[in-house]
Amino acid sequence: MNNLQGLADYAIRAWFSVPDPARWPYTWLVYLGFILLAGLIAVGFAAGFAGPMSFIERRIAGRMMSRIGPNRVGPQGIFQFIADGIKSLLKEDIVPAEADRPLFLLAPYLVFTGMFGTFVALPFAAHVIAADLDVGILWLLAIPSLVVVGLLMAGWGSNSKWAVFGGVRSAAQLVSYEIPSAFALLSVVLFAGTLSTQGIIAAQGPWPWEWFIFRNPLLFVTFFIFFISALAEGNRAPFDLPEAESELVSGYNVEYSGMRFVFFFFAEWANLWVMSALATTAFLGGWQVPGMPAVEIAAMTGWRFVGWEALSFLIFALKTSVLVFVVVQLRWTLPRLRVDQLMTTCWKYLVPLSLITLTGNLVLLALVPERGVVDWMMRGLMVLIAAALALRYLQRVRANYLADRENYRKMEGKELWYPPYRLP
Amino acid sequence: MSDTLVAVVFYGLAIFTLSGAALVAFSRNIVHSAFALFATFVGVAGLYALMSANLLAVIQLLVYAGGILVLILFAVMLTSRIDEARVSNHAWGRQPAAWAVGGLTAILIYVAVKAPLKAPMIKGALGGPAAFGDALLGPYVLPFEIISMLLLAALIGAVTLARGRDAAEAAKLAKPAEAAAPVQAAEPAQAAEPAEAAEPAEEVNA
Repeated sequence: MNNLQGLADYAIRAWFSVPDPARWPYTWLVYLGFILLAGLIAVGFAAGFAGPMSFIERRIAGRMMSRIGPNRVGPQGIFQFIADGIKSLLKEDIVPAEADRPLFLLAPYLVFTGMFGTFVALPFAAHVIAADLDVGILWLLAIPSLVVVGLLMAGWGSNSKWAVFGGVRSAAQLVSYEIPSAFALLSVVLFAGTLSTQGIIAAQGPWPWEWFIFRNPLLFVTFFIFFISALAEGNRAPFDLPEAESELVSGYNVEYSGMRFVFFFFAEWANLWVMSALATTAFLGGWQVPGMPAVEIAAMTGWRFVGWEALSFLIFALKTSVLVFVVVQLRWTLPRLRVDQLMTTCWKYLVPLSLITLTGNLVLLALVPERGVVDWMMRGLMVLIAAALALRYLQRVRANYLADRENYRKMEGKELWYPPYRLP
Repeated sequence: MSDTLVAVVFYGLAIFTLSGAALVAFSRNIVHSAFALFATFVGVAGLYALMSANLLAVIQLLVYAGGILVLILFAVMLTSRIDEARVSNHAWGRQPAAWAVGGLTAILIYVAVKAPLKAPMIKGALGGPAAFGDALLGPYVLPFEIISMLLLAALIGAVTLARGRDAAEAAKLAKPAEAAAPVQAAEPAQAAEPAEAAEPAEEVNA
């Protein structure tokens, strides 16, 4: 019962008391219902993430820029995204007079579909996944092509030079950075021996030294190649050239208004989850619960099964959220790249580097036996380095906060208006 | 999957693919044609997926929709005056084309009706990456390697065409031009006037 069809068959047997679902005439209706239900849950989850994320990102941005951010609608302003959504729904849906009408109207849906298509193959917990495709990773690389076409369509359909520039930049960026990210994922696929996302998670273990990122020094580098490429593919700062406000007003979405405009931003914030979840799946061990193998969870029944599934989802969500926070933090700290720097980063550094790591990973895969002495030494070394980096990061955060507090006291003569753990 | 569902999905995908193809062929706006091609590619990928050829479906999306179509779109969008049908999408010879297409369709329908096409659905993991890889590196390893050589040759050819001439080559080519330069220098002065005169005429045509 680890896929949708199994679940549907189980439901048919249980609810309609049909012994053999394959011979029952209405089976396809139930299947269709389950497919729609799974789609609704996936889009609902993405919406439930993208909405609050827009608020959280604005609050974090406010904190990093020493301002407050949205805090008016609801306690601490958490209903800001609902207010924004209602406002956008009620706004007029304007199509510019000179626009290419069918393309202009269709484009947001393509972007939306492309972004939410990735949720088909993204795992959430030990047995919660819409479809555990045997080509899962390839699907996750292929389906964003809908986004590329959608952005080009938006740019062209708007019949505005800013929109065309934004659309073409975005497509060029996506197509270029697809290559290093595909090579990075290929290394992981080689070590896992499967293209299925659940299979890749199963090939790792719950503890950090069993994750692919710490498996050897080259995979550690590969993770950062993937992460940078994913940032660029998602048009996130410092790679947000398609919407460079100082050059292009707002890029491909400049002519859109109302709900169609929101669709673009919705997809962008949902993409935060998609890229972080993909990184978690491929490099950070996914939903693995320490001390409880997935096989044992599958053998459980009733509420115990649900409980362990929920725990594995929490672990997955926690790892993903850490990455999401890093992405948000990068957006509000790094300046934007120039177009030529963007292409240099991809073609002159990331692509050759990803080829080198891929070849090196192949050599290591062939020469170093898994769980041998050398393997364990490499894993231990990588975990120690990562721990040192994490400690250094926390130390810097503390030092920055203390310096900030000292400056504030000198300038204003009073204590800082926010403590580090609370939003203003 | 039950047969009813398979039939519904198949006819839905077929209509989607064919209407995309019709739009590619009949649209007067070449940008619309290029975008309609995307619908065709996605529809074909869906048909592959319906026949359990998962890998082929995803590769279709990745290579055709994500790579080739984007390239076509770039070419179309970076060409000037592309959405004027008289410039970019000039139609000629409609009647012979209709005869050719009609005849070809008749032959294809005849073949489809007469041929014993009772191909069953691909069962199990045959369309998956593992079986595909085994087939490529087992019985079909020679054609596979030959195709990779062909692609490599195409790649090298493309790089050679795209690469600018290197310094030594450029110097060799520049020498005869320099010898002829005094003669040519006089020409642009004469040539400039007709060129300027030609420009307004072109705008009238447009």
